[in-house]
Amino acid sequence: MPKPFIQTFLLNKKGVYLLSFAFLLASFFLGVSVGTVMIPFRDIASIIAHHLFGTDFSHIDPSVDSIVWKIRFPRVVLAGLIGASLAIAGAAFQGLLRNPLADPYTLGVSSGASAGAVMVLFFNISIPVLGVFTLPVISVLTAILTIFCVLVFAQAIERSMKVETIILTGIIFSSFLGAFISLMIALTGEELRQIISWLLGSVSMRGWPYIQLMAPFFMVGTLLLLYMAPELNAMSFGEDQARHLGVNVQQKKMVVLIAGSVITGAAVAVSGTIGFVGLVIPHFVRILAGPDHRHVLPLSMISGAGFLILADLAARTIISPTELPIGVITSLIGAPVFAAILINKKRKGGVA
Amino acid sequence: MIQAGELSGGYGSGLIVRGVSFSVKKGELFGVLGPNGSGKTTLMNMISGLIALESGTILVKGKPIQDYSPKELARVMAVLPQMTSSHFAYSVKETVSLGRYAHQSGFFKSWTADDEKVVLGALQKTGTLAFAYKPLSALSGGERQRVFLAQALAQEPEILLLDEPTNHLDLSFQKDLLDLLKKMTADGLTVISIFHDLNLASLYCDRLLLMKNGSVHTIGAAADIMKEEHIHDVYNTDVQKQPHPEVPKPQMSLLPAASVENSIEITEDMIEWHSDYISIKSPIQLKVLSSGVIGAGWGWRSAFVNRHVDKNYNMDHFEKEASCYFQEKGFDLHETVGMMTAVMMEDAAYKRIVQDDVSVFAVATAGVGNAVDVSRQRKSWKEKHKPGTINIWVFANGKLSEEAFVQGLMTAAEAKAKALADAGVMDLESGTIATGTSTDSILIASTQRGAYQQFAGSVTPLGIAIGRAVYESVTESLEKTRRRKAP
Repeated sequence: MPKPFIQTFLLNKKGVYLLSFAFLLASFFLGVSVGTVMIPFRDIASIIAHHLFGTDFSHIDPSVDSIVWKIRFPRVVLAGLIGASLAIAGAAFQGLLRNPLADPYTLGVSSGASAGAVMVLFFNISIPVLGVFTLPVISVLTAILTIFCVLVFAQAIERSMKVETIILTGIIFSSFLGAFISLMIALTGEELRQIISWLLGSVSMRGWPYIQLMAPFFMVGTLLLLYMAPELNAMSFGEDQARHLGVNVQQKKMVVLIAGSVITGAAVAVSGTIGFVGLVIPHFVRILAGPDHRHVLPLSMISGAGFLILADLAARTIISPTELPIGVITSLIGAPVFAAILINKKRKGGVA
Repeated sequence: MIQAGELSGGYGSGLIVRGVSFSVKKGELFGVLGPNGSGKTTLMNMISGLIALESGTILVKGKPIQDYSPKELARVMAVLPQMTSSHFAYSVKETVSLGRYAHQSGFFKSWTADDEKVVLGALQKTGTLAFAYKPLSALSGGERQRVFLAQALAQEPEILLLDEPTNHLDLSFQKDLLDLLKKMTADGLTVISIFHDLNLASLYCDRLLLMKNGSVHTIGAAADIMKEEHIHDVYNTDVQKQPHPEVPKPQMSLLPAASVENSIEITEDMIEWHSDYISIKSPIQLKVLSSGVIGAGWGWRSAFVNRHVDKNYNMDHFEKEASCYFQEKGFDLHETVGMMTAVMMEDAAYKRIVQDDVSVFAVATAGVGNAVDVSRQRKSWKEKHKPGTINIWVFANGKLSEEAFVQGLMTAAEAKAKALADAGVMDLESGTIATGTSTDSILIASTQRGAYQQFAGSVTPLGIAIGRAVYESVTESLEKTRRRKAP
């Protein structure tokens, strides 16, 4: 009797979507509400309504409005965008590389972005037209440059570019760029703290312009990845099998690699390296909704956004007024959670 | 459907497949055979478009394979590789649904009722519907293989390529799978499959391609491929060909390397006398062709029993009764040839004859109450059975060809008829000289050690020995019976 089974299965999928949306919404309101000044949810709703639809919000203190709209709101949205980017890129890379332990940084993208950013800080580069955006722009560019170097290099090694070759090339580039970053850190004097805190990741004091900077990369990258979901399903059975099923493996692999790397690069450029989001979130989603990428990708985006908003909330409130680096929080939460998942899986005897 | 011309190719440097040409017609089940490393899988990967051709052409439905887009090719050709796995816990149905990838088009790639129907059909055909919602990781290797077959079928291909499809399957699913493929070829599916098992391939394939060192050794029907010299040439091992018991297809048996064997001779020392039976227990299994109540036909047997039954023995359920009896006496039915007679066991006679390089030991019990002249016209089945039958055992201490077994039977029957004639045994119904009785039984057992005997005609060493041993033992037994019955 498979029919009742089908129904519960569908209900589960719908339930998971509802659950993740509720989680994102709750995180969003919490993120905006909690801080040195507590703002009630109702006021937040009025402020959003005013800015979006021009409704009247005369009962709200203008200073509260500016805290919400100018400071907390962009911060929460940025955290959400970065969480979504890292989670979807992680899910896509895990499917493409057929390795549940891959993450958005596997291919050396973060090292590329970091190297660019650290270079800007180290040499104190400031390009007049870009101003404060010098760092993120250069960082995105170096990230994209890195991906292309990795791909060209991998192709030079082996024309068909098996995923194993790509992973190895990624590791080579990561190590090389990592050494380069360490070198600059070692040679740095008073800028050390600035570099380290950028590397640990933060979404504070970025404001709307950063969101505008990131948005186009995010939109294009996520849409491309979402569109690649059926191909990712096929490719997670191996490239040969995907080819037999009719997937144009070379072409689709490129699309996924470039789209995933671009959104990762953009995320790293605006916020620094934030670990574990891209690893833990897709895992969690797979446990709840199964491995089908048509669901894993959007669900990872939603939950990743919610997760990073909460992580940022924790980072700025735990030992307030001092802010902790958000990368520290995600790793502090992510590593034990991931360990727990793995132990649980091993006990059940399942394969990741 | 597929034409391959002068295919060459491989991975990286060095050609693995060299100059292979063949063509497969629509609806054919085409098998590819060859030892490990002969290039079967590489050839398959070239046909499926996975690796590029170094030279040569592959035409799929008359169009060069490189002119197909991956999706177009997947709608025509599906592949079942040896092993497929995923690190993610896809359910069986999700896995099979991926087979529809090539058929989905448009921006949203919507799932149609037709897709659903094809997927369900594929699940059903492969017997995987029962675990459609289980994760792949919860299945056994064989079940997984069937799931991927379902995935391939969901592509609705016209050509199906399989790489050792029966590898992980147990016996009944091997048969089910091949029966299914055979049935689908009748509906127009073209199947090209690599086989490891020569016998399976011979049973099911319309034509076979035998590969050696990356080139074609032979192409042809099973009967052309399954020749001992071809198999020896390609696999470098000794095999023996025999017919399949039910189907007119040749089968091959491996011949294990011969171990050092002591020569064995069956002689009168091995006869055990009991009041109601005599038996011979051989220390090794003998190759036997017999018409016993138990253990008839070809077999390897080590115990031979001739049992006395009362003349009023009820023949209605004799097979069942006889099985019980022999088992009770401690004989393993799989290893035993059993015969029955109303003749008293003390009337049994035996004779050993040595001729040149072979010796024959014959044992006979002869009763002639039922004597028949086989050359006379009569109704089949006499109304009433009188007791009396001739049971003959012939043990040949040599290595016999199957030809020798058949000729040996003939020679033994001639010797028996002559013994009856010389003893003046009459067919009471016709009043002529009898040639045997209506219920005679015979066996020829051979140690398969010692000198090779290809023939057992009446002037060959084996034939001479059989003839004389049978004649003398039957004559002596007749004499004994006659003397005991004489007043």
